[in-house]
Amino acid sequence: MTTAETAQSSKLREQIGQVLSAQPQPTVTVLSSLIAIQDSIHYLPDEAIKETATFCGSTINEVWSVASFYTNFRFTEPGDKTIDVCWGPSCHIVGAQAILDSVHTALEINEEGESPDRKVTLKYNTCLGACAQGPVIAINHHLIGKQTPESAAKIARELRGQNS
Amino acid sequence: MSTPFEELQSRAKKRWEELTSGDSAWIRVGGGTSGQAAGADAVLDAFKSSVESSGVNANVSMVSAMGLMYLEPQVDILMPNGARVYYGNVQPEETQKIVEQHVKNGEPLTERAFAYSGGDGNGVGNLPELNSLPMVALQQRIATRNFGDTDPHDLLQYVANGGYTALNRALTELTPEEIVNEVKAAGLRGRGGAAFPAGVKWSFLAPSKAPVKYVLCNCEEGDPGAFNDKGIIENDPHTLVEGLIINGYATRSTHGYVFIRTGHELPIESARKAIAAAYEAGLLGPNILGSDFSFDMEVSLTGDSYVAGEETALMEAIEGKRSTPRFKPPFPAAAGLWQKPTNINNVKTLSYVPEIVRNGSDWFKSIGTETTSGTAIVCLSGHITYPGMYEVPMGMTIREVLEKIGGGVSVGERIKVLQAGGPLNGLLGEEAFDTMIDFDAMSAAGASIGSGGIIVGNETTNVVDLLRSLIAFNQFESCGKCFPCRLGNTHMLEILDRMCQNKAKSADLALLERVGTSMKAGSLCGHGQLGFNPIASALKYFGDEIKSCLAGEITPGGVFGDGTMILPTRTRP
Repeated sequence: MTTAETAQSSKLREQIGQVLSAQPQPTVTVLSSLIAIQDSIHYLPDEAIKETATFCGSTINEVWSVASFYTNFRFTEPGDKTIDVCWGPSCHIVGAQAILDSVHTALEINEEGESPDRKVTLKYNTCLGACAQGPVIAINHHLIGKQTPESAAKIARELRGQNS
Repeated sequence: MSTPFEELQSRAKKRWEELTSGDSAWIRVGGGTSGQAAGADAVLDAFKSSVESSGVNANVSMVSAMGLMYLEPQVDILMPNGARVYYGNVQPEETQKIVEQHVKNGEPLTERAFAYSGGDGNGVGNLPELNSLPMVALQQRIATRNFGDTDPHDLLQYVANGGYTALNRALTELTPEEIVNEVKAAGLRGRGGAAFPAGVKWSFLAPSKAPVKYVLCNCEEGDPGAFNDKGIIENDPHTLVEGLIINGYATRSTHGYVFIRTGHELPIESARKAIAAAYEAGLLGPNILGSDFSFDMEVSLTGDSYVAGEETALMEAIEGKRSTPRFKPPFPAAAGLWQKPTNINNVKTLSYVPEIVRNGSDWFKSIGTETTSGTAIVCLSGHITYPGMYEVPMGMTIREVLEKIGGGVSVGERIKVLQAGGPLNGLLGEEAFDTMIDFDAMSAAGASIGSGGIIVGNETTNVVDLLRSLIAFNQFESCGKCFPCRLGNTHMLEILDRMCQNKAKSADLALLERVGTSMKAGSLCGHGQLGFNPIASALKYFGDEIKSCLAGEITPGGVFGDGTMILPTRTRP
């Protein structure tokens, strides 16, 4: 590891340590710790796994088993903004596939992940919970309903700073 | 000297009078996740600035949603004369006009409004009375009784509308045994899908003398098409908090957890605020309302995992582990969360409890059917004219809900298929639409009330395509612990893929059935045991369509005619 990498890693560790000890609820677990870290820095770097293990008195193995199980966790830095597209059966029936397709095109990707400029992360979501407003997408957890392929693509392009 | 609860009530009464009988108008914007998705936040801000710039005397607040989601963003204005006028699909650009004309000049925009209530008895223009609208009149609101009326973040508004009187009555007049018996007598069956009698479940936990006992509220609600658990928590969290405290008292438990999936920001925030407010008011913590009962409550978050909604997997998640189901026995009432005696109830089940304690079991038993008392909270989505959340008495038929409340099909000519009760339950065809909404009648028809979600598909909906979407969901969400479920769902998805690509053979049907049988026999929880339900029910109602697809006679359309749908698949590591 270079000196710069070590410095960055120790800064991350410090930041993660603060998040871990600032959890407000009485019951603190491996899962609650991982959720708190991801809420704060939006992904789980290696440091998060190690610090959580130390903090909770678990092994790295145990923490990994939890982190790899829940599909909301990610292990690389996300783009600046996140767009969730619902593909659950309720949105599917009113056209979620076409939304997904148009967002893929707008972000120049064909699966979950980051646009080439790393400005936007696309995440597939199994149900965002506003089925009556379907098809639904969410920008940084803020839901927007009644989407069309055109409106969703426009939002995706705007998130990349492109004029639609 | 007045009791702590009487003091709380008098503060609440004062607060409610300020809001409803002063000189100010009260502008209520319906919130919630669905309201947010429709743009309610922008409408709230617009009303605030319109009120300020017009210099009128009005309170503006975000309140709970009414459940009429097709009208969102939905707003109502209560004028000092007691008349309340309801506006639907309000845009931020028109708030200035509404404030100027309605609030300032006292002339409601009747052409923009959809209903009124209250007032001097002479009505408002030619607007219909709110309770005369079929989607309101046909409801019987118990768990959702405060929807549209109160600010979910204001405990005093809940108390002013009768809130926490059941808890007060429980603590001062009733023994824990009497409450358990009351809930048993009410015939309250668990609303999470399994329909087990709640009072019986409570009676398993109550006798245990263990020093630490848990009552858990399950709001995982990962079912696509269902949003009533989160709906109750975000629109009226205190009804749940009160229900869970009563559950705790009746079973002599010490701790309660409200279990919600991370990322669902509004219900999480709402539950946390409600719990904090209840502590502050002495409704949680040591010696609740001056009694000798002490009880603590907190929110526990899970990561994204559908199986976390299974009761033993839920306990694993609260303990911070992978949410995979446990072997039973031991049952949770014997050894549950951290091996302590535990009860798990669904949000809806607990939300009925305050009203049962307040009004008695006979009252609750008088609503609904012989075998399922009370109401069902139905969530309509898909190709339906009036999507929303409606609380109807058990015993209403599916057709009545679809036609009288839902307004029938929204696009296309007719309703062809329903997906009822979540992705582990069945599809229903038109011959089943006259089925009563009731646990037993629905299960006989091959579906389930389950979570209460009904997804509506019109005549263009391709059944194989819909099945593929359901099985893809189930495949994605298998926790992976039992291989018949993990591999079975993957295998079924492969077959459905072949069907969508017109490459299936008629022998594939027998293969699907074999896989389904193994999943049912060899899986620990409902995810595998019920995983074949969508296909079994589709064969029952749409057998011809599936068989002709297997015979290669048609290519299912869906959105992608060539069958290259982009649904994610995964197997959990």
